[in-house]
Amino acid sequence: MTAQLLFLYFAAMILGGAVVAVASPSLIHSALALLVTFIHVAGIYVLLNAEFIAAVQIIIYAGAILVLYLFVLMLFNPKQERFYLHRQLPVGIFLGAVLLGLMFLAAFKTKIIAQTGTFTVDSVRAAGHTQAIGKVLYTDFIFPFEIASFILLVAMFGAILLAGRRGAPKKKPERSETAGNGKAAHVEALSSRETMKEDASLAVQARRIVNEEQKAL
Amino acid sequence: MVPLEWYLLLAFALFVIGVTGVLIRRNIIMVLLSIELILNSANITFVAYSYYLQSIRGQVVVFFVLTMAAAEVALGLALVIALYRVRAVLNVDEMNLMRW
Amino acid sequence: MIQLAWLIPIFPALGALVNGLFGRTHIKDRAHLVAIGAVAASFLISCLVFISMATGTPATTITLYEWIAVANFKVNVAFLIDPLTAIMLMVVTGVGLLVHIYSSGYMHHDEGYWRFFTYLNLFMFSMLILILGDSYLLMFVGWEGVGLCSYLLIGFWYQKPSATRAGNKAFIVNRIGDAGFLLGIFTIFMTFGSVRYLDVFPKAGLATESVATAITLFLFIGAMGKSAQVPLYVWLPDAMEGPTPVSALIHAATMVTAGIYMVVRSNALFALAPFSLEVVAVVGAITAIFAASIGLVQTDIKRVLAYSTVSQLGYMFLACGVGAYLSGVFHLFTHAFFKGLLFLGSGSVIHALSGEQDMRKMGGLYDKIPITYKTFLIGTIAIAGIPPLAGFWSKDEILTSAFAGGHYLLWGVAVVTAFMTSFYMFRLLFLTFHGQSRVDHEVEHHIHESPSSMTVPLMILAGFSLLVGMLVGFPPESGWIHHFLSPILAKGGHEEGHPLSLGLELGLMALSTLVAVSGWALARQFYIKEPQLPKMIAERAHGVYTTLVNKYWVDEIYQAVIVRPLLWFSNFLWTFDQWVLDGLVNASGWITLLESRISEIFDIYIVDGTVNGVSATLDVGARGLRRLQTGAVQNYVLAMVTGIVVLAVVFMF
Repeated sequence: MTAQLLFLYFAAMILGGAVVAVASPSLIHSALALLVTFIHVAGIYVLLNAEFIAAVQIIIYAGAILVLYLFVLMLFNPKQERFYLHRQLPVGIFLGAVLLGLMFLAAFKTKIIAQTGTFTVDSVRAAGHTQAIGKVLYTDFIFPFEIASFILLVAMFGAILLAGRRGAPKKKPERSETAGNGKAAHVEALSSRETMKEDASLAVQARRIVNEEQKAL
Repeated sequence: MVPLEWYLLLAFALFVIGVTGVLIRRNIIMVLLSIELILNSANITFVAYSYYLQSIRGQVVVFFVLTMAAAEVALGLALVIALYRVRAVLNVDEMNLMRW
Repeated sequence: MIQLAWLIPIFPALGALVNGLFGRTHIKDRAHLVAIGAVAASFLISCLVFISMATGTPATTITLYEWIAVANFKVNVAFLIDPLTAIMLMVVTGVGLLVHIYSSGYMHHDEGYWRFFTYLNLFMFSMLILILGDSYLLMFVGWEGVGLCSYLLIGFWYQKPSATRAGNKAFIVNRIGDAGFLLGIFTIFMTFGSVRYLDVFPKAGLATESVATAITLFLFIGAMGKSAQVPLYVWLPDAMEGPTPVSALIHAATMVTAGIYMVVRSNALFALAPFSLEVVAVVGAITAIFAASIGLVQTDIKRVLAYSTVSQLGYMFLACGVGAYLSGVFHLFTHAFFKGLLFLGSGSVIHALSGEQDMRKMGGLYDKIPITYKTFLIGTIAIAGIPPLAGFWSKDEILTSAFAGGHYLLWGVAVVTAFMTSFYMFRLLFLTFHGQSRVDHEVEHHIHESPSSMTVPLMILAGFSLLVGMLVGFPPESGWIHHFLSPILAKGGHEEGHPLSLGLELGLMALSTLVAVSGWALARQFYIKEPQLPKMIAERAHGVYTTLVNKYWVDEIYQAVIVRPLLWFSNFLWTFDQWVLDGLVNASGWITLLESRISEIFDIYIVDGTVNGVSATLDVGARGLRRLQTGAVQNYVLAMVTGIVVLAVVFMF
């Protein structure tokens, strides 16, 4: 009983937050609504006896990813997004509705045929959730684990390279002309001093982001 | 007891909202935001199944998904920044460098 | 001596070759030397051959070379020398020589002098092959050769359309006869397996009566064409378009006698076919009287002689038909002389009158051209059958044979014909030489006797006409010539009929003489005593007269019944052919065109269509597909989501 009520609350909040995040014209409001969503997802995890995951969720999603988003948003300081009638709007809504309908249909049709595993709720509670995950993670899933760390390393490199200072990817004057049809006036010839200024500020921000990430893990 | 179907429905609804957001939103950052919703829905599904199938593997997968999400966000936003440098736009409709 | 006989045709052949090749350019006026020399040589050898035969040499075959040897058909080029051949050789080369000499004078001013002698020599060659050949095939070769030369010589003055027409007519009518001749040769070969005389005649008994009748009738058709019997005689009067020496040689003495020669040669076969003999006799008789009747009223001097020739040939066939082959040959022999004489004489008259041939414009010439007149007179008496000239003996023999054989109707016809012959010949003589001169004024001044090259042959022929009858054919039926020729007759083919008593024979002779003399008398009455009589009778018997003058309209009938329909038919065939040919050609052309059009259209649509279609498809497809590549990521996301939805739907349902 309690579980169901809790679930309903969490679900409502999740969905509500998600809808606001998707539908809100203001970008900051969307990000904050997303925060709400993330926290309540953590709540769902707790209901499902996955405390460790819940904690990780809060830390990473709400703590790192969302903050990153907020940083970037504040960096760009965009105007309010205006919902104008673009080509994909009706199509998108239509597809969403279709999927929703499908969902309802599917919900009452499917059967689950799978083997139940060995990790009962009680055994997990007894061992402590963290330990349970750790055991499996470092034995059966050691290889993906290492790969995951490698991926994080690459992400770090990528972030630095992509968002790093201007001088890093050297742009030659001819390349700018041949890249594209000349329709987009994409390369503005800035003086080297200006670029260096921009580079400096951005580089600092990027480093900060990377540090935050490392800390989170 | 909360039936499994409820969790699944929740996850699926979240998924739909996320997809809708990807399709509708014009600001690239918001698009990336909607992608997070989708990932979350996948996570919920995995955890739900892990609980009901009494297997810990679902949660291990969630672990990795989370990792991926983080990496993806970092890189994605870095890309946005790089793109903003070239053209000062955040509107996906105006990002038409690949257009013929 | 007789072995040299093969040379006889060679000399004229060489003469023709020399004159033909070099006549125009080198020889020109001296062509007669070549020609006369050649014929003289032939004549000389013919004399030797004749003497040799007369003194008892048996019949000989001289083989020159093997000509055809195909399966079981073998023909050699070989000459058979027997009595009949010897006689014919004398006639052909003798008269031929005299005509050649005459021509050197007659044709002196002609432009085609050399051409004339070429053709004459060629003719001599062909005629000699005809009579010397030892097989029907070789005879046919000579047969065709003389036909060709006849055509060439009749149309000698080819600028005259009437001459060329006459030449065509002669050749074409001859051809009809030749078809029959060929059928005869085929049948002979089928029956006997060979065409050589000496193979066929001894085995004549192999043929049944119907086969023999067929063979002989076929052969006789050939004879009818060549020897101008009814109904194939129509070419001979027209043949008078040719120069007079030609008429003398070919159409009096030699070519026209080829038919008689053929029938006499084949007497062994005819002996087996009494029906054919009857046909021969009847046709001969009809021809004799028919032609004589036309000759009564003709005005052209040569026409009269032409019809006379036809009539006399009828006599010869009549003789053969009643079994009197030897009499026929005898008449042929004498006829060659006096008819040749008459023709050459008429040529002399025409020459004297600078080309005039119409008797109505002659008259009173007897003292102006005396030699011509005297020789002509002798010829006329000979042909009329007045003894003791040559014509009497031969003609009388024929009449007697007919009577003795019991063919009284034929005999009657022959007697009437004899009367008519005498009449129209004397008519000709009187109109030409006697009476008032009706000659044109300008012509009158130029009347002159012919040169000796022309008169000498006349005199020689006159001499023969006077004497040869008695020399060779006396007594009748058992003269020298009869003994000489008797070997050629098949056994049992000798003159049938019961021998007559001497009294009957003498009586018949007297009758013939009477008939001939009365002809003379009547002619004298009509044309000397009372010149107006002919006109009166002509008006009284207008219908008969017109019919005779128009030659019974035979030519017109032939024209309407045969020539015109044939021409129409060939025109029709031509038109039809045009349609069919044209049609076919055009149709095939059309079809090809149509087909090519279809091909073209087909090709254009298919090829173009394919090419264009492919490119268009690719174009449209690419154009359409290109739209997918927007470069906007949002679109790709949309596509992905759409894919998900589709998959979900598919999996669910």
